[in-house]
Amino acid sequence: MRHLMSPLDFSVEELDQLLDLANDIEKNPAKYAHACAGKKLATLFYEPSTRTRLSHEAAMLNLGGSVLGFSSAESSSAAKGESVADTIRTVSCYADIAAMRHPKEGSTMVAAAHSSIPIINAGDGGHQHPTQTLTDLLTIRSLKGRLDHLTIGLCGDLKFGRTVHSLIQALVRYENIEFVLISPEELRLPSYIRHDVLKRNNIPYKEVVRMEEALPDLDILYMTRVQKERFFNEEDYVRMKDFYILDKAKMELANKDMLVLHPLPRVNEISVEVDDDPRAVYFKQAKYGVYVRMALILTLLNISVED
Amino acid sequence: MVKNTLNIGRISEGFVLDHIQAGKSMDIYKYLRLDKLDCCVAIIKNARSNKMGKKDIIKIECPLEMIDLDILGFIDHNITINIIENETVVRKKALTLPKEIRNVIRCKNPRCITSIEQELDHVFILTDPEREEYRCKYCEEKYQRK
Repeated sequence: MRHLMSPLDFSVEELDQLLDLANDIEKNPAKYAHACAGKKLATLFYEPSTRTRLSHEAAMLNLGGSVLGFSSAESSSAAKGESVADTIRTVSCYADIAAMRHPKEGSTMVAAAHSSIPIINAGDGGHQHPTQTLTDLLTIRSLKGRLDHLTIGLCGDLKFGRTVHSLIQALVRYENIEFVLISPEELRLPSYIRHDVLKRNNIPYKEVVRMEEALPDLDILYMTRVQKERFFNEEDYVRMKDFYILDKAKMELANKDMLVLHPLPRVNEISVEVDDDPRAVYFKQAKYGVYVRMALILTLLNISVED
Repeated sequence: MVKNTLNIGRISEGFVLDHIQAGKSMDIYKYLRLDKLDCCVAIIKNARSNKMGKKDIIKIECPLEMIDLDILGFIDHNITINIIENETVVRKKALTLPKEIRNVIRCKNPRCITSIEQELDHVFILTDPEREEYRCKYCEEKYQRK
């Protein structure tokens, strides 16, 4: 039995197969409409989420399966003090696969250790969010046609932004990848990622504070939100939250085929006037999120669909 | 004049941990959970040492399989471990960094699942032997030595 804890759980070859499957699902949704008939997905969400929970549920429903679960710790027996280990042992009796989000880092690993069904890490605090990374990779590969030979700008909260950390770790496995890290000094990429991931893999990168400086060189601009829930201090959050705002004027500086991605939800960091720009693909990205989660559920449940 | 010496007798089977940095023996006593063992333990603090000036020594009389000493590699790999059988040193154990440390040190990351989950082992994995770096198995936070 296999779980998904980190985006690196899949080798590059396995990832290619998963993304191929997601593309096939996108082209032939009817072929997969009953692939999970009779199967149940449990969504165990100990902290609020809109798109991650709904996209997992949509994925299972699109596959003909059904869903059950809870959407906050208050509505689960965690409020009564139940451990993650006990919750997952119980849920294993009710469902065939589970997607779990929990505010504590490493919580999904504890769940996987006690589970008799596959566990999908749907976000464990600021640690990992692998299905977002799979979504990002599918979006880039589908719209750019490749995952190599790319210059990727990562902008915003690079310190606490787990999607950024995971995306970097996933992309360094491909050839000719360059990063431009765009952040204020306070939200720089943690040194362990700069040293252990970028330097160790000889990945070229530069760090800039001004977004305008980076835009002309980028194939991909990955915007992130400054996340209030990651700050212990309200004052720091208020100071940082509107540091970057991508608007039409800044988009003028970018290549005509640069793509703008964002894991969403967006707050102020992308002006709504950018939404109509064909390079703004963050809502398409949300759609790819469903396809890749469908592919993931099929893969973890070991279900193959014949033509 | 009374000569200022302290003698601790030989042990028949067990370990002599020598060259412990002076003052650290109680930490090792705690890490090895020697308080939980029903055996004879002698702690010698501030013994004279030609090499170190002062050093601590711990003598533990117990069956050899009773204690896992691998953790000492993490605490201080300069410690010498003498293995005693029939009152003589039969060999010295070389210390290396353990690949995994379980329930000896605790993860200090307040966002880690170990901060709330009951009865969860605290496990650290050796992620960089050159830098002697350990990370929590769950949250991957680096363990910061004092």
